[in-house]
Amino acid sequence: MVSLTINGQSVEVEPEATILQAAEKLGIFIPTFCYDPELTLVGACRMCVVEVEKARALMASCCTPVMDGMVVHTESERVIAARKENLNLLIANHPLDCLTCEKTGACRLQDYCYQYGISESDYHGDKKDYELDDTNPFFIRNMNKCILCGLCVRTCHEINGAGAVEFMNRGFDSKVTAAFDDPLENSSCVFCGMCVDACPVGALTPKHGIGKGRPWELKRVKTVCPYCGTGCGLELYVKGNTVVGAKGDVTSPASRGQTCVKGRFGFDFLQSPERLKSPLIRKNGELVESSWDEALDLIAKKFKEVKGTELAGLASARVTNEENYLFQKLLRSLGSNNVDHCARL
Amino acid sequence: MYEKHILICAGTGCISSGALDVEEALIEELKKHNLQDKVRIIMSGCHGFCEKGPLFIVYPEDIFYCEVTAEDMPELVEEYLVKGNIVERLLYKDPTTDKRVISHEEIPFYSKQMRLVLRNCGVIDPENIDEYIIRGGYSGMKKALEMEPIEVVNAVKSSGLRGRGGAGFPTGMKWEFAYRSQNDKKYMVCNADEGDPGAFMDRSVLEGDPHAVLEGLVIGGRAIGSDEAYIYVRAEYPLAIKRLRTAIAQAEEYGLLGKNIFNSGIDFKINIKEGAGAFVCGEETALLASIEGERGLPRPRPPFPAVKGLWGKPTCINNVETLANVPLILRKGADWYSSIGTEGSKGTKIFALTGKINNTGLCEVPMGISLREIVYDIGGGIRNGKKYKAVQIGGPSGGCIPEELLDLPIDFDSLTAKGAMMGSGGMVVMDEETCMVDLARYFLSFTQNESCGKCTPCREGTKRMLEILLRITQGKGEPEDIPRLEKLAVSVKDSSLCGLGQTAPNPVLTTLRYFRDEYEAHIFDRRCPAGQCKDLLTYYIDAELCIGCRACIKACPAEAITGEKKEPHVIDEAKCISCGACFDKCKKDAVKTK
Repeated sequence: MVSLTINGQSVEVEPEATILQAAEKLGIFIPTFCYDPELTLVGACRMCVVEVEKARALMASCCTPVMDGMVVHTESERVIAARKENLNLLIANHPLDCLTCEKTGACRLQDYCYQYGISESDYHGDKKDYELDDTNPFFIRNMNKCILCGLCVRTCHEINGAGAVEFMNRGFDSKVTAAFDDPLENSSCVFCGMCVDACPVGALTPKHGIGKGRPWELKRVKTVCPYCGTGCGLELYVKGNTVVGAKGDVTSPASRGQTCVKGRFGFDFLQSPERLKSPLIRKNGELVESSWDEALDLIAKKFKEVKGTELAGLASARVTNEENYLFQKLLRSLGSNNVDHCARL
Repeated sequence: MYEKHILICAGTGCISSGALDVEEALIEELKKHNLQDKVRIIMSGCHGFCEKGPLFIVYPEDIFYCEVTAEDMPELVEEYLVKGNIVERLLYKDPTTDKRVISHEEIPFYSKQMRLVLRNCGVIDPENIDEYIIRGGYSGMKKALEMEPIEVVNAVKSSGLRGRGGAGFPTGMKWEFAYRSQNDKKYMVCNADEGDPGAFMDRSVLEGDPHAVLEGLVIGGRAIGSDEAYIYVRAEYPLAIKRLRTAIAQAEEYGLLGKNIFNSGIDFKINIKEGAGAFVCGEETALLASIEGERGLPRPRPPFPAVKGLWGKPTCINNVETLANVPLILRKGADWYSSIGTEGSKGTKIFALTGKINNTGLCEVPMGISLREIVYDIGGGIRNGKKYKAVQIGGPSGGCIPEELLDLPIDFDSLTAKGAMMGSGGMVVMDEETCMVDLARYFLSFTQNESCGKCTPCREGTKRMLEILLRITQGKGEPEDIPRLEKLAVSVKDSSLCGLGQTAPNPVLTTLRYFRDEYEAHIFDRRCPAGQCKDLLTYYIDAELCIGCRACIKACPAEAITGEKKEPHVIDEAKCISCGACFDKCKKDAVKTK
């Protein structure tokens, strides 16, 4: 174990820990934009800088390993000045349309500006002026709001593996974009939406939730995605009795916050008037709502009428492997091998 | 049997001035006089005195002809090589005494220098390995291969050699870190991505003495336990790349590189990686990313490359000039080396003199020499008898040194203490006509353009600093701009990810420190004291010089000039847009600025 001092408090951590992790252990909060423990550490946003005694410049706490006897200050005058200047620079190049921005209330840029008392920038010069990319059905990309932390890029490369977005140009003209600066649908993007969840600001906005509720108004309900047998954990955002958003549940052991396009964006069926909520039985050529008892009785009756191979069953990709297993077992016990699955179609 | 050797400088500077034409004309003239078997022509590396190129030196007499052209060849061959009469008009003329001098040793540009790293530049044929070997080449390497690795590390450590790439980190310590890193594979890397505007010492060493760098790499490899090196050299240096390739091939042929060098059982391979020209790739972690085929973006340190470098393996990165020092240290001993220079900075340093100075070129001087000696003795003073104002040392990452610090002994620590830095050793000399705000703007426009964009302070901060500076030079500066600039500069320096951002504010901070009055004049008086910022100039016509030709009236796009023919004209300041059209047009220099 390595022991160090942060803001006058001693702490012992594993030798491979970072200053940020040591501070977390002490309950000391350090603001970050580009940090995600699941991704490569890049030390790019410089928001987490801290003062390490004897070091020449400020150090990024997210990626600086601890050293025995290290003395760290996370809120010194020098550190606060650097963080304030960092925010000052970011909002000089960021549309301050927080009144209508979907991210308001969950935006880290907004939170830190609040924390450090930055209401407007000292700098009035060039600003990014990119066209909105809203041609895909799932989310809007507003690169004018992007603070270039690179979380989306690393998520796309390291977690999804699609590698659909990267940085282009350099310096002030840096921009996150798909190959040839094309809209995302022309790229290798699979619209898993994990970049949207990674974005600390309002650069990536899911279309379905626009105008439907502020983060603090929404109840978060944990559930399991119904689309396939993987069983990914989802958190649904609910306002009143309406689901207005979804994102991966990082506490789910099956998926650790990862999603695919269906789970992340495909929940509109929940409120669809055409959604089946009870069994339908065809009576006199018309489908009529019925009770489960009535429907199951009917099925049992039909099972008895047909013999062996006259019976066929079609299972669903939406249920689990175990349920599919039981289904084919059932069919075989009734004497039929005619069992299939919609994923084969 | 050759009777004479003629060295024609074939550094990039002299080639631009026509050295290759000179060579061609000389070959022809020699044939005409049937001297081709008696006179050997050697196209050498850079001699440093680029101002007077192409240079043409005749041995054994050691006669230094300068600014020779192809047209001079018939006369030179006829008069000197045939008849033995020195061609006076092509000799160097000392500007202070007006006397012609024969040997380069009599020229002040050379006499104050101590050419150790440049010992072979301009003396040997860089494309002939034998010439390097005759002058002691590869004997340092032989010695190193007979020593234990830690002994090599200790020799470099006790020599006091510090990295010549900019930060001045002790080379021996760097080697020791890499030596102590345990791994089955380690790399040596030579940083030849010389990117500072105005600095070209690395290019000259690579072009003039490539084997010195190769020898330095093998010695470094022996020290840290590496069998492979990369030389990261910018693609804009085609001649350096060509000569490096030739040198590597020759060394491999002689068994000085490759498998089992000198039967020592040690292998060493050197690869060349051509850089595509990003300034940030001179930063070591960005350079490594570039070799790996990634975007040239810096990575956070620690882990330092000595622990986790190229492809995750321990890597030692040294600059060209640093590596060229190494063979000498091994050959002549650490004690000899550490006897040169100052307490904290040993050996010599090569500076590239450019700007408003008489003798532009490369000079190598012992550490601790004063700036005054470099500017006035070696550099021959300021051009056109103008007054010295400042020297920008260390390129865009460095700072300016004003007149009151001319007697400052130049070494790593003294420069850093004054807000500048050694950097790679570029020296841009400014005279009284240089506007220091505009100078800061120029260097900021460079770093802003070269910022990779990865970290916020550098990406956004350099842009805002540049915008403020631009505004000040355009006469739109606000009183708050000075404290704003200072606050921003300190923060960018303090919190940027890599050396580029951490040093980019230096030109701003040093000009503010030494020339604050110029900033204030721009902002409060709307005046550029050096008379350079176009938007701040007031134009007027000197009535005594004006002949009333109406040329300026016709040129003025704002109809601000009035006056009858043959009568002195007058500029209406209220209408003038300071475009300078009248100034350019006037043949009598009657249009003045204030």
